[in-house]
Parts: sequence; structure tokens; C-alpha cells
Amino acid sequence: MAAIVSITDLRKTYAGGFEALKGVSLDIEEGEILALLGPNGAGKTTLISAVCGITTPTSGRITVGGHDVTTEFRAARSLIGLVPQEISLEPFEKVMWTVRFSRGLFGKRRDDAHVEKVLRQLSLWDKRDTQVKALSGGMKRRVLIAKALSHEPRVLFLDEPTAGVDVELRKDMWQMVHGLKQEGVTIILTTHYIEEAEAMADRVGVISRGELLLVERKAELMHRLARKELKIELPTPLRELPASLSRYQLQRSDDGRTLVYTYEANAETSGIGVLLRDLHEAGIAVADVRTHQSSLEDIFVDLVKEDVT
Amino acid sequence: MNLPAIKAIYVFEMARFFRTILQSIISPVISTSLYFVVFGSAIGSRIDTVDGVSYGAFIVPGLVMLTVLMQSVSNASFGIYFPKFIGTIYELLSAPLSFIEIVIGYVGAAATKSLVIGTIILVTATFFVDLHVEHPVWMIAFLLLTCLSFALLGFILGIWAKSFEQLQLVPMLVITPLVFLGGSFYSIKMLPPAWQTVTLFNPVVYLISGFRWAFFGVADVSLMGSALAILGFFALCLAIVWWIFKTGWRIRS
Ligand SMILES: Nc1ncnc2c1ncn2[C@@H]1O[C@H](COP(=O)(O)OP(=O)(O)OP(=O)(O)O)[C@@H](O)[C@H]1O
Ligand SMILES: [Mg+2]
Repeated sequence: MAAIVSITDLRKTYAGGFEALKGVSLDIEEGEILALLGPNGAGKTTLISAVCGITTPTSGRITVGGHDVTTEFRAARSLIGLVPQEISLEPFEKVMWTVRFSRGLFGKRRDDAHVEKVLRQLSLWDKRDTQVKALSGGMKRRVLIAKALSHEPRVLFLDEPTAGVDVELRKDMWQMVHGLKQEGVTIILTTHYIEEAEAMADRVGVISRGELLLVERKAELMHRLARKELKIELPTPLRELPASLSRYQLQRSDDGRTLVYTYEANAETSGIGVLLRDLHEAGIAVADVRTHQSSLEDIFVDLVKEDVT
Repeated sequence: MNLPAIKAIYVFEMARFFRTILQSIISPVISTSLYFVVFGSAIGSRIDTVDGVSYGAFIVPGLVMLTVLMQSVSNASFGIYFPKFIGTIYELLSAPLSFIEIVIGYVGAAATKSLVIGTIILVTATFFVDLHVEHPVWMIAFLLLTCLSFALLGFILGIWAKSFEQLQLVPMLVITPLVFLGGSFYSIKMLPPAWQTVTLFNPVVYLISGFRWAFFGVADVSLMGSALAILGFFALCLAIVWWIFKTGWRIRS
């Protein structure tokens, strides 16, 4: 599939001299959902702002739908919907008005049927004549999404769409994102919630301190990096590990009742078979075994930790 | 040119004006009436005529200019400062708009508002004095150019301002004194010669003089001087706006 957003060696140094992006290159495929994960201050918002025209990149090249975002900014930006991280709305406007305004800004003819569809999709239709300041925080965030969808974008940037949104609504939001994907919209979202990336994304990118550490299919990422743990419960506490088992680098719990064996999930042989045989030969009885696969969260924490050290 | 966007901004800004229509119209009408009572009747009864024009009528062009100047600057500066302040400017920056369309939308709306208010003041004035306009085309041209140039100035101010204090400081410290000292309520010929020379450095003098000439055919400075002053000022504001557009000054980080 063709890249709908293409970022090449993007650098951004803010006026104060702070380098927020240190040469990021990234191709986003049409129709995919990409989640950008990264700690506070990693550069996620800066990256999105550079694509959407809110900050001027220091160097590098960005195209959207094949159009350069600086020289052909009209064509490029027409394709983009942006939901910013901060809730910024005209407090005294009515919901319907402000959504219609966004559509106009993007050069689209007034189309109340489309605006109605978007508002219904986001459960805002009942609030269409309410002033923005009278809405709850979660509703305001949905108004921001409605504004971004009002002009039928092909690429949607969601900068922390579920910050401050309750669990119920978050699930709705995930569903909406999947619905948009069905319609062929490409979605880039940032989040601090690993579960969100896991639930929504096709690919996951990890940013830390202005650098894109990796971008990978979610499944491959998990597969490549996932470690599995085998927990072995013992019926009687073990005081000391016999030397014959040292090559397995087992971890013994303090009470001596559990042993943990860590292995690469995708290694040719897990070594579990021989481990169990060796345990038997060493005269250690086994009460129960359990396996545990690391989540994206574990992977993410590992990556960022490695980057810091 | 993204015409729907210009329309969206213009309509949005005008809607704000019409939402507060009573406030927008009643306050200039009241203050104009007060000026007529104080200057026109109380003081005017002792002044009689200036350059052959009754004092009550003489102050009308100055009063209209005073209000139009202040309204243009404050409407346009607030119009663009507010989105900056509450953060909704992100939408203007991410839309397929060039700066030109943003300027046309905001400045156009601000100029329209002050034009409406200027007209209302003229109409109010006819209740107090007999008014006739000798050169209506010039009158409209001066009014339009003033609305536009000072709306541009307000726009620049709104982009420049980093706080509400700054937003109010310039109109208060610069524009108000220039307008009051610009001959709104007197002919500069009434001043001692030294002060007349100083006054010639006040650009507002040229505006008011030209505008008054369009009404009564009498002026403090030559019509040519007035026309050049307003055109020059308009061009200067356009140039600054163009520079802001090129550099993204105080808009894009
Ligand atoms: N306008 C600015 N001027 C100077 N520095 C800035 C500006 N905007 C952001 N930064 C700095 O750039 C870095 C990246 O910020 P950015 O907002 O992109 O992070 P983020 O990954 O979105 O973080 P978060 O998860 O907290 O939203 C931060 O160190 C921030 O302080
Ligand atoms: Mg951010």
C-alpha cells in the first residue's frame, strides 16, 4: 500500500534552542491505524503539529497524499483532520455552529446532513444547540472530534483522544475509530495508555526524547520482543538451586515455593521440555506450571528505559 | 483562494457582533448623544461657527472618526487575539488557508462593524444638527479606507499582543490621545502656531480634516495631504501584515 503520510528526516528546534525532534522518518500507510506511544515531552505533539501546519519544521520533508505540506499546503491540509491534545473551543458558540464553521474553514460547502451524521455518531446531536461552555469535558472532546470530522478528512490525527474520558466513553471512541477505518480513513493517534494502542492500532511507534525508537506491526512487535515466563510452583519450598540447573538462570522466590524461567517466545526451542526433565532428575517435584506473555506495556517500559540509560 | 473559509470567518465574527447587538449599538449612540449635549449645546452655544459651519455640525465628522477608529482597532484586535488566547487558532493554522484569507475574514468583519456603527452615529447626529454632505463619494471613500486601515492596525495589534493588558494599552496610550488631539472637536487653526506645527505630525489630523472637507468643503490641511496620509497609512499596515505573513511572527512556533 502507498504511504499517505511520508515524513523524512524531520527536525524541530524550538525558538529557545530545544531540539524536540531529532530526525524522525516515518511512512504511514493509507487506511492503517498507527499509535504513537511515548512519555511526556517525547515529541508526539510536535510531530503532529509539524504535519498539520501548526509549527514550522526546522528541516526535513513531509508529504500528505503526495503533497508537500509547505509548498502545496492547501492540497495537503485539505486531507487532514486534527483533534488537538488541549481542549480549545469558542466557549459561547453553539455546538452545531462551531462544527459548521470548521467545515467552512476547510473550504467545503455547507452540508447539514453530514454535520448531523457526525454529531449523531458522537452522541452530540441532542446537544447541537447547547453552548460549548455548558458541556462536560468528555463532550467537549467529542466536539473537537466532530470539528475534525466535519470536513471529511482522509487522515485523522488524534492527539490523546481519550485523556480525561471515562472507560465507557473510551470504548465508544475505540469503536468509532474502527468505524472510521472501515470507511478508509487513516488514523494516527497518540496515547499514554498501552492498552489503547493494543486495542486499536495496526502499527505502533515508540517515541522518546525526539527520536522514533521503532515502528512495527503490533503483532510483530509483540512477537519479536515478547518474553514468556514459565512459573513453576513447587509443593515443598526449595532452599537452594542445584548446580545442575544453573544454565537455566532460574529465579527463586524468597519463600522458595516458585521458580521463574524466562525464554524468548519465538526461539526455536523453548527449552521447557528439558527443563522439566532436569527438574525431575534433580528430584524436584512440580505442583503447577503457568506461562505469562509480556504485554506491550512491558515492552514499552523496557524500550524507554534502555533509551534513557 | 478559499472563499468558503473567508465566508465562514466573516459570518462567525459578524454573528458575535449581532449576538451583542444592543450593546454594540446602544453604547455608541449614547456616547455620541452625550458629546452633542456637552460639546454641541453647552460649549457650542458660545462658539457659534467654525469656518462658517455651526459648531454642532462641525464636530460630527470628528465624532464619527473617533468612534470608527476606536471600534475598528478594538474589534479587529480582539477578533484575532481571542482565538490565540483560548487556543482555537490551531484550527486556522491547520486549515487549508493562507494568511490572506484570515486577514480578509477578520479585517473585513471588523471594518464592517465599525462601518455600521459609523453610519448609526451619522444618523443619530441628524437628530441634533442639520447635516449635509458636499462630497458624498469622498466621504464614503474616507470612511471606508479608515475602517479598513484601522482594522488592519487592530489585527496587527492582536497578533502582537501577548496579554489582555497589552491589547488595551495601545488603544489607550496611543490611539485615544492622537484622536483627541487630532482636531475632532476643534479646528487646528484655533491653536497657537507652534502647536499647529506639532499637530501636523499627528496622522489623525489628516484623516479628520479630509473627512470634514467631504462634509463641508473646509479643511485644516490640503485634501491631497489627507488622501496621501490615509493611503500611506493603509499601505504601511498592509506591508506589516505581509511581513507577518512571510515570517509567521507570533503565530507559528
Ligand atoms: N512552543 C514550544 N516552545 C518550546 N518548547 C516546546 C514548545 N512546545 C513543546 N516544546 C518542548 O518540546 C518537547 C516535546 O513536546 P511535545 O508537546 O511534542 O511532547 P509530547 O510527546 O506531546 O508530550 P505529552 O505526552 O506530554 O503531550 C517538550 O520538551 C516541550 O517542552
Ligand atoms: Mg502531547
